[in-house]
Amino acid sequence: MHLLILGANSDTAHAVAGKFAQNEGAHLYLASRDLKVLAKKAGDLEIRYRVKAEPRFFDATDYASHGAFYRGLNPPPDGVVLAFGYLGDQQRAQEDFEEAKKIIDTNFLGAMSILEIVAADFSRRGHGFIIAISSVAGERGRQSNYIYGAAKGALSIYLGGLRQRLSPKGVRVLTVLPGFIRTKMTEHLDLPARLMATPEEAAQDVYQAYRRGKEIIYTKWFWKWIMLIIKALPEKIFKRAKL
Amino acid sequence: MHLTGWGRYPRIQAQGSSFETPEQLHKYLQDPEDVIVHAQGRSYGDSALNDRVIFTRRFDKVLHFDPEAGLLTCESGFTLAELLQAFLPRGWFLPVTPGTKFITIGGAIASDIHGKNHHRAGCFSEYVDSLDLLLPQGEVVRVSPQENRPLFLATCGGMGLTGVILRATLRLQPVKSALIRETVIRCANLEEVFHLFEENRAVTYSVAWIDCLAPQGQLGRSLLMLGEHAETGRLHRAAAKTISIPLELPSFCLNRYAIKLFNQLYYQKQAHPVAGRLMPLDDFFFPLDKIGHWNRMYGRRGFTQYQLALPKEASFAGLKEILSRLAAAGMGSFLGVLKLLGRENDNYLSFPLEGYTLAVDLKIQKNLFPFLDELDRIVLDHGGRLYLTKDVRMSGETFRRGYPRWEQFVELREKKGFRVKYNSLQSKRLGV
Repeated sequence: MHLLILGANSDTAHAVAGKFAQNEGAHLYLASRDLKVLAKKAGDLEIRYRVKAEPRFFDATDYASHGAFYRGLNPPPDGVVLAFGYLGDQQRAQEDFEEAKKIIDTNFLGAMSILEIVAADFSRRGHGFIIAISSVAGERGRQSNYIYGAAKGALSIYLGGLRQRLSPKGVRVLTVLPGFIRTKMTEHLDLPARLMATPEEAAQDVYQAYRRGKEIIYTKWFWKWIMLIIKALPEKIFKRAKL
Repeated sequence: MHLTGWGRYPRIQAQGSSFETPEQLHKYLQDPEDVIVHAQGRSYGDSALNDRVIFTRRFDKVLHFDPEAGLLTCESGFTLAELLQAFLPRGWFLPVTPGTKFITIGGAIASDIHGKNHHRAGCFSEYVDSLDLLLPQGEVVRVSPQENRPLFLATCGGMGLTGVILRATLRLQPVKSALIRETVIRCANLEEVFHLFEENRAVTYSVAWIDCLAPQGQLGRSLLMLGEHAETGRLHRAAAKTISIPLELPSFCLNRYAIKLFNQLYYQKQAHPVAGRLMPLDDFFFPLDKIGHWNRMYGRRGFTQYQLALPKEASFAGLKEILSRLAAAGMGSFLGVLKLLGRENDNYLSFPLEGYTLAVDLKIQKNLFPFLDELDRIVLDHGGRLYLTKDVRMSGETFRRGYPRWEQFVELREKKGFRVKYNSLQSKRLGV
């Protein structure tokens, strides 16, 4: 199996890459911007799991480069894990449109741009799977991160449509909705320890969902129930909540 | 965020940051406040606690492996569990194995850990070919037994007080199997277990579980466990079944009667001697790793482990006195562990010295610390010392008397500017 990991420098992506290397012996294309760190991570995966891991430069917001980037993968991948994301700063995004735009560009437009290219290829080959990491933040708008949430919400809706389109072609789409994962993205937030997953736990959930052919998963599992309640709250009450 | 050591005492509020490159770490270090590395948080007391800490969990990559020589170079946040997962199937094992695999390579070096083979193999540092340290000014230096030797001697066992350990190159040991051939011998008292430890010196692994609440006539009643790597069997390990303690138990659960009963039953379970039974290596080395968060068993107030080492000639008398005191005070422990230690090494603060070590887990309770102060005096009077990795309460005086090379350590810390940059609550308490 050849697996393309987009945003391979993220902690969760590295852990997911490890799962596929360990269990599937996957040949990895690791794509991200910081090639120096990426080279180190590729070496780590190669030694630990005795697989091949190739670092590739990829910039999610340089849409024009995506076609050439994908054509450069030889052989083309059998699966894609989309793991890049940009949390940004809600407060700053409210005041500075550039920050808001960067959040939408990275999390939504960047994802859509590359996934359309992947979808066209997988659809033509009648083969492949897409695993995309969205977020529970996209399930309902909250004052503390609604711009990021809007981008992830758009991504989740996009993935739903993509799944419907590709399903008859034998191409699977798995939407991953993580709650809090202990990564560089969340390090400086004061989050409740009991709700945190480690990247390894999240990766295990993702891999298991892939094996079982799931469409949508929450990680950790209890977020499904938390979000069920949050989504069920009437707007009249929700608008007064401090979330 | 809240932070504690494995003993869950004390609990402090701390700020932490992780890093992926030495450059990121150096930037964090430019803040004038002092820091200490907090890796997996498995040292029991306050040695990895400070207002500001560095997390190494994202600095955990394997950098190089030589499959011919078993030479591994990795970043300091790499854990022993990950090491076993990757390299045991290729026939390479840890040269020194502690009681848990959930610690990092950096932590193993900083504590200069020992294992059940200490009497033959020595400490972890014996197998460290070299390591890279990040100094306060951002300079990275390579230290080894040959290169920058004083810094190597200070760093192995130096509790993270000599710079941040970035990378290390280790020599692994070749094994043919993921199984251990275990023999268990029941010993009626301290004399018997001492005798059997000496008699089995040639066996690779030895450790004894000791009943600290045994009645006076049976003081030192114990089970001696001996192990050798099996010559045959698979190198692959079956996935271990684990359970987890989800919540802190009320601390009255672990009262002296419960512990006494447990120890009684555990001892009697081994009525028939076991000779040469094959068992998975995880069960032999890491029995407690199967119980997630076992430290919650001791309740809200947490616990400490009292681990002491006594020189050989004083071991018998000293341990007898300490065990009687423990029994008389009813301060028992599920986990009393006795072990024969081999030769002392040259590191400034490594714990093992030629003789015996005893470790007991004790629930934090009223009068515990004054009681331990009394035990400290017995330990020191017999020429012994306490393990820094377990300690949360010893005095500076107890530390200095137990570790005669402390002056060289403090001098080096002073000279290199470590005393203003790298500190833990423990180092401040001990005045190092």
